[in-house]
Amino acid sequence: MNDIFSRAWPDYDSGRYFCELTKPRRDAGPVPGWLAERLSKIGLTALRGRAAAAETELIDLGVTFTVYSDATAIDRILPFDCIPRIITHGEWDLLERACIQRVTALNLFLGDIYGKGKIIKDGIIPAELVYGNANYRPEMQDFPVPHGTYVHVCGIDIIRDEHGDFRVLEDNARTPSGISYVIENRHLMLRTFPDLMAGIRLRPVDDYGRRLRAAMSEIAPGDLEDPQVVLLSPGIYNSAYFEHVFLAREMGVPLVVGSDLVVENERVYMRTITGLRPVHTIYRRLNDDFLDPDVFRPESMLGVRGLIGAWKAGNVAIANAVGTGVADDKAVYAYMPRIIKYYLGEEPLIQNVQTNICREKEGLAYTLANLDKLVTKPVGESGGYGITIGPRASKEELEASRAAILADPAQWISQPMIGLSVAPTLTEAGVGPRHLDLRPFIITGKESWVLPGGLTRVALKHGSLIVNSSQGGGSKDTWVLADDFAAGGPP
Amino acid sequence: MRFDTVLLSRDAEGLFWMARYLERVENLARLIDVTQSFESPGYETQAWFGLIQINADEKNFEARGFSPDALHVKRFYLLDKGNPTSIPANIEDARTNARTLRPLMSTEMWRQINVFHRFVGRITAEDLEGDSLSRVCTALKDGVQAHTGITEGTLYRDQGWYFYHLGRVIERADQTTRMLDIKYTIILPRDGEAKRVAELTQWNAVLRAGAGYHAFKRHARAVFSAEDVVDFLLRDPSSPRSVLLSVRRAEAYLEDLRRIYGLSRANEPMEVAEYLREILTERSTGHILATGLHEYLDVVQIHLQRLAAAIGRAFFRDWRPDDGVLPADLLADAASSQSQSQGYAPLKNLDLGSGGKAEALA
Repeated sequence: MNDIFSRAWPDYDSGRYFCELTKPRRDAGPVPGWLAERLSKIGLTALRGRAAAAETELIDLGVTFTVYSDATAIDRILPFDCIPRIITHGEWDLLERACIQRVTALNLFLGDIYGKGKIIKDGIIPAELVYGNANYRPEMQDFPVPHGTYVHVCGIDIIRDEHGDFRVLEDNARTPSGISYVIENRHLMLRTFPDLMAGIRLRPVDDYGRRLRAAMSEIAPGDLEDPQVVLLSPGIYNSAYFEHVFLAREMGVPLVVGSDLVVENERVYMRTITGLRPVHTIYRRLNDDFLDPDVFRPESMLGVRGLIGAWKAGNVAIANAVGTGVADDKAVYAYMPRIIKYYLGEEPLIQNVQTNICREKEGLAYTLANLDKLVTKPVGESGGYGITIGPRASKEELEASRAAILADPAQWISQPMIGLSVAPTLTEAGVGPRHLDLRPFIITGKESWVLPGGLTRVALKHGSLIVNSSQGGGSKDTWVLADDFAAGGPP
Repeated sequence: MRFDTVLLSRDAEGLFWMARYLERVENLARLIDVTQSFESPGYETQAWFGLIQINADEKNFEARGFSPDALHVKRFYLLDKGNPTSIPANIEDARTNARTLRPLMSTEMWRQINVFHRFVGRITAEDLEGDSLSRVCTALKDGVQAHTGITEGTLYRDQGWYFYHLGRVIERADQTTRMLDIKYTIILPRDGEAKRVAELTQWNAVLRAGAGYHAFKRHARAVFSAEDVVDFLLRDPSSPRSVLLSVRRAEAYLEDLRRIYGLSRANEPMEVAEYLREILTERSTGHILATGLHEYLDVVQIHLQRLAAAIGRAFFRDWRPDDGVLPADLLADAASSQSQSQGYAPLKNLDLGSGGKAEALA
């Protein structure tokens, strides 16, 4: 097998990192080898030509996110790397179970803290971390939600360390995005690289829209046979608008903006050409703050006046529920292994990255003593902002980081630097290793379902560990091999 | 009632305006093309400024800091994104509507608008010179016609389809009146054979702009008069760009919305359309020319605007309520129906993100 790779890519060297393609894995069978052979048969020039055509296709189709600066709006694509990332049947089995375990725990946690607060009384997690959290919503206190589900759509960021062990890096329990790229990447692969996929059976990714719609129907109030579901978007100026359109289409429901909805007598309606029509479930893609100017930000023009009132009257369902941000905070993340154990009596199937909590004395001392070895992260940020990577930081950067942590330790966590796994990626210098992560998406109505695979983000810059699109990240198609993946035989 | 599909008022309005903006692009390209053929040595400025006049853009043109010559008029309409009546601005508005309508549109429609939008954004000053201008106009017409064809073949025919087509025919009727009006602004040689030839050339150009040249020739007398051309573009029952045909189609679409989809709110706009049809058919063309074609076209334009406003009041949001049709109101109403209402568009740079911890990929 290794011969295949060294023949195909003589200069490819994954170094000390786990390689998602070339590392021998029993249950990957001959697929990685086929892939390498097929790729080298296509050849670098043709590969680049096809990759360029694929990117043009994305621009033409408007599969873009919009970056706004002062006066201009630029539509950018999420760069697409044409060499897929492979997840084996066995790996997926673990990932799937771990994701469901985690979402189950997140929902139980939210039900508890917005209920009796047993986990706090039992001293598992500091009260301050929950009730003092900016994302804790007192409006949710003692307000039960259907099926106990708060996090209807969850994205869990998972990485793989040098040994090939999976680790959870972050939970996204508010309005995680990226699912549209998962499905579009597959379509793109099928159109542009059918010869790469021939004969390899993969778990399909087409079922997401139907599953999401079903979950949205399950949580609708009352016993309606066909409840009216809508997707609430902040509108065309939101950077994830393409995804909102995509999901509305896949679900077959109207895409609405705040001004399309109106609340009368604690019921939600949408304005149509025939007048007001009732709405039963809102899959919202705007954050809590913007939902209802009566309750949250009074200046927000994106939400719907009276929406929270209608929700609390039990006349409409909102997904994700309000107040889930308290559970996916980086500070609470550190407690997730304990949270899982507390509610489920199980060890996490996939562990966290070891995390030092700077609000705790020991964590702070350890962090400050090892700044040059650790990655420090502010708890309230996302998108890779505010992160200092110790081993790669200058003296000045480390001092700035120390000052920031000392100024408000509770706002910081630190983690060891993980050598994220790599995969062969098409670069200017040929096929080279690039670091990547994985964001599986979990839908929960009555029960949880995980879309096979998820979004693989790849840091396109040589040596970079930051996969975020705003910082030079791209994506790959994520192949979950079916258990009979090679039953079709090589073509 | 055939279906019970939901159409948001906002989307109905978006479809209506997307069609209008694209129709404007095609017609503006036709007008520019025809203006170029009106251009005669020594009269360039008058010819091009006529374009500004028939679009009632004098104030706008001056405010944008242009001077009334051929070069500036071309730039004003083909390059100036800041001019709301320019082709780039219309394409931008069409695409913005298309973005809001993505869930209702076919992928092919979206893709074509997206690519067309990019093409228009790349027109440069050099493309306006010499023979390039005519090629640009052809490409613009081709772009809209490709859109029209893809729409015909892929847009689902529910209520939304009717609003799309209402926008299209109302805009087309309006633009055809402007094509006819262009003659009003052109200066002719004083008399004699030179005048007769120049006039013939110009009427032929107007017919070409209205895509009626060959059909007209087949039907017209060997020696035709101005009256025949006006009659053809105004009320030929078969010419796809005639005003009467467009108004009849608008009536038919409204009737379908009422009959098939049970939308009784279509009644008021239907009355306006019916009245407009009467204006178009009751007077002889000779009489119209004798009493002033320009004035007559103004009346037709105002009633087209009334029709758009009535559709807006019946089906879209944020249109002013109808409080009786006094002349002053009529004008205000007409003005408001010339552009899309902005009341509920999410304001740029305000509440842009979803706030807080943005779990976007960015």
